[in-house]
Amino acid sequence: MASYDVTLRLWRGDAGGGELRDYTVPVEDGEVVLDAVHHVQATQAGDLAVRWNCKAGKCGSCSAEVNGKPRLLCMTRLNVFERGEPITVTPLRTFPVVRDLVTDVSFNYEMARRVPAFAPRAREADGTYRMQQQDIDRVQEFHKCIECFLCQDVCHVIRDHEDNKRSFAGPRMFIRYAELEMHPLDTNDRRELLGGQMGLGLCNITKCCTEVCPEDIGITDNAIIPLKERVADARYDPIAWLAGKLRRRATP
Amino acid sequence: MAEHETHEFDVVVIGAGGAGLRAAIEATGLGARTALVCKSLLGKAHTVMAEGGIAAAMGNVYPEDNWQVHFRDTMRGGKMLNSWRMAQLHAQEAPDRVYELEEWGALFDRTADGRILQRDFGGHRFARLAHVGDRTGLEMIRTLQHRAVATGVEVFMECTVMRLLTDGGRIAGAVAYWRESGRLLVLRAKAVVLATGGIGKAWQVTSNSWEYTGDGHALALWAGADLVDMEFVQFHPTGMVWPPSVRGILVTEGVRGDGGVLRNAEGRRFMFDYIPEVFRSETAETEEEADRWYDDRKSNRRTPDLLPRDEVARAINTEVKEGRGSPHGGVFLDIAGRKPAEYVKRRLPSMYHQFKELADVDITREPMEVGPTCHYVMGGIRVDPDTQAATVPGLYAAGEAAGGMHGANRLGGNSLSDLLVFGLRAGRFAAEHAGALRELPAVDPDQVEAAEREALAPFERDEGENPYSVQQELQDCMQELVGIIRTEGELKSALERIAVLRQRAARVSVGGHRQYNPGWHLALDLGPLLTVSECVTLAALERRESRGGHTRDDYPKPDPELGKVKVVVRARDGEPTVVREPLDEMPDDLKRLFEEQ
Repeated sequence: MASYDVTLRLWRGDAGGGELRDYTVPVEDGEVVLDAVHHVQATQAGDLAVRWNCKAGKCGSCSAEVNGKPRLLCMTRLNVFERGEPITVTPLRTFPVVRDLVTDVSFNYEMARRVPAFAPRAREADGTYRMQQQDIDRVQEFHKCIECFLCQDVCHVIRDHEDNKRSFAGPRMFIRYAELEMHPLDTNDRRELLGGQMGLGLCNITKCCTEVCPEDIGITDNAIIPLKERVADARYDPIAWLAGKLRRRATP
Repeated sequence: MAEHETHEFDVVVIGAGGAGLRAAIEATGLGARTALVCKSLLGKAHTVMAEGGIAAAMGNVYPEDNWQVHFRDTMRGGKMLNSWRMAQLHAQEAPDRVYELEEWGALFDRTADGRILQRDFGGHRFARLAHVGDRTGLEMIRTLQHRAVATGVEVFMECTVMRLLTDGGRIAGAVAYWRESGRLLVLRAKAVVLATGGIGKAWQVTSNSWEYTGDGHALALWAGADLVDMEFVQFHPTGMVWPPSVRGILVTEGVRGDGGVLRNAEGRRFMFDYIPEVFRSETAETEEEADRWYDDRKSNRRTPDLLPRDEVARAINTEVKEGRGSPHGGVFLDIAGRKPAEYVKRRLPSMYHQFKELADVDITREPMEVGPTCHYVMGGIRVDPDTQAATVPGLYAAGEAAGGMHGANRLGGNSLSDLLVFGLRAGRFAAEHAGALRELPAVDPDQVEAAEREALAPFERDEGENPYSVQQELQDCMQELVGIIRTEGELKSALERIAVLRQRAARVSVGGHRQYNPGWHLALDLGPLLTVSECVTLAALERRESRGGHTRDDYPKPDPELGKVKVVVRARDGEPTVVREPLDEMPDDLKRLFEEQ
C-alpha cells in the first residue's frame, strides 16, 4: 500500500473570522479528502470542526468546498488532485460559518418547514394505492436527494445575496416541491406559493445546481423548468385562473 | 452548577432515526408535548444508510406469505432466542406500518399491477422486502422526517444526551449539550424514549457512523435499566474491503437477493459447503437448482447465498482464514457475470455508484470484494414486548437500542420494520405514561451537577490522553478479541484492556473551546463506548456456546440448555454484572408453527 503526504489547506475560524492553515498528513491510496481531514483531527487538531456521518455519499453531511468547488468530502478521492499541490478545503460559502468547516444550514430546515405537507387522495376500495412504476419514476428521481445542500451553496441567487434568502427557497426545495407536485397521490396545490414567496421566478436556469448534484438529479431540467411551466399555467391560463377563483370562493 | 437552559416536555425521544422519528410522530399525535433530540442534523441518522428494504408479509409477490411465515422466519433466524411476543407483533404489524409510509408520501418500487414490489432477502422464505432500489432507508427517513415536521415535533438537532435523570427510581429527564455551542441543557420529561441505535463504533471495521457509540444502551444501564442479549453482535457478511478508507462500508444483501453470488479465489460458490442442518431441507444443493430458484420458487429451493447473515459471515471468515480469499482479504461477490448491466444499474444504483466512485470497480463488469463488517447489535435495552417499557419507570426503548426482537441474529429487512412497529409502540406508551402523570418528576440538582462536571472535565486537564487514540485502541481491542469468533482467553484479556482504557479515558484532555469541538465530543462518547464494550464482553463470556451472532471457538456447538435462557446485564454498585434468566414461554398455537415445517 503506497503511502504519501498530502497538504490540506483548511479554513479555521468562526463567525468572527478565520484563516487558511496548512496541515500535512500521510495518506494512503484510495483515500478521500474526508480521510485526510480525519487524520488531521486525530493527530494535529483535535478540535477541527467538520460534519460527517455515513462516509459513503448517502447522508449528505460532509459538504464543503474543495479548491473552491462544492463537493462531498467523503466522495472526493485524493488522487484526483495534483500530487504535491495543497488541497484547499473551505466551508460552504452560502451559509454562515459556525466553526471551521461547519456552517449553519438552518435556512434549509426553515424552508422545509414552510412546505405545505403531502396530502394523499383516498385509497382504492381494496385498501391499497395502485401506481404504475413509470408514473413514479420521475418522482423517485427527486427522492434520491440526500440533502447535502451543495445545490443551495452553488446557487448564485443566494450565494452572494443574503437578502434573497427571504424570498427564495433554492434548488433543494424546488426538488421537494416538484416531488410533491408530481406525486401521483398528492392533492395539494403549491403553485401560487412557489411563484410567490418561494421565488421560483428568480431562478434563471444556469444549471449550476444540476452540475454539483452528487446524486445526478436533473434539478433544472426535470424539476425547476416543469415547475416554472406549471406556475405559469396557473397564472396565465384565464380559464384555470377563473376556475381557481371560483373554487376558492366556494370553500371558505 | 454550570449554567444551563431548561426545557419541559411530556416525552423526550432521544435519537432521530426511523424508531425515534416514528415514536415522536406517534407521541405528538396523541397530544404529548414531544422533543426529538439527535446528535446529527435531522435526516442524517443511520437509517438513511439502510439499503435493501422493509420486511413485511404483505403478500404482494407471493400471496402464500403471511405473518405466521414471517414470524417463523424471524424466530429461526434468531435461533429461537427472540422474544416471541415481539417477533409476533412485528410480523403482524409490519404491513400496516409500510402502507402508512405510503400514505405519508413514500414511493416504493411497484409490481406490474401497481402494488408495492417485494424483494428476496436472506432467511426470508418469500420475497418480502418493500424497497426503493437500494436506497430504502433514505426513502423511509425522509418520509418520516417530513411527517414529523408536519406534525409539529420540536427538534433539538446536533444535541447529545449525556445522562438520564431519575427521581426516586423513575425517569425525570436528561442532561445534554448542544454540539454547536457546547452549552448545557436539562430536558425535563415525564417519559423518555431511547432510540439511539447501535454500538458499532466500538469496532474497527464497521458499517456504522461516528454516532453509533452505544449511547442509549449506556444511558439506560447507568439509570438502572437492564440490558439483554448483549453478546449477539451481527457482522454483516458483505462490507467493502478495499480501499482501506472504505473498509466496512455496507454492500447490500440485495445484491444477492437480486442474483449475485459469493465465490472464493478458486471461483467456487463456497456457500454450498456451509449449509447448516436446520436449513438443509429448504436450501438448494446444487448451483443449477439455486439458479432455477430465482424464477421458479415452487419446485426449487433457495440459494445458500441467502442463508441468514451469521451463517454467511462465518463462512466468509473461514474461507479467508483457510487461504481461499480475494487479494484484499475478502471473497468475491459477483453479479456482473449473472445479470445484464442495465438490470444491475436499475436495481442497485447506489452500489454501482459506491464502487465506481470509491473503489474504481464497475460492478456491472467485475466482481466486488467483500468481507464481514460489524453492522448491528441484537442486544439492547430490555423492554416489555407490548409497551417497549424498560425496567425503569418512564423509560422506553425502540429500534436497535432495544433488545429481544431479533434474538441471536437479525434477518435483513427486519430492522426497518422493527423501527416502525416498535417506534410507534414506544411513542404511544410513553405518551400514555406521561398523560397519567400530573406533574413533572423532580430534578435532582446533584445529578445535574455531576453530569456537568464530568462533561467539562476534559477541558481542565492538561497534557492528558488524546481521545482519538483511546477510541482507536478500543476499536483494535474489540476487533481483535471480541469479533466474529471468540474464546474465553481472548474475552478475558479484552476485559483487562477495557479496564486500562477506562482509566486512560478518565484522563483525556482536549484543546480548544466548547464550540463545535469534535475532540471534546469524542471524549464524552468514550464513556458509553467503553460501557457497551464491557457489557458485550461480559455477556459473551457468560454464553459458553455458539449461536447466531455469537461464536465461541472453545464452545463451537449450540447448547440446548443455554437455548432456554437470556443473558441479562445489570449495573450493581455502578459495575455491570451478568445474570441468566429464562426465556418467555411461547404459547402452544405459535409453537405449532414450527412443527408444520
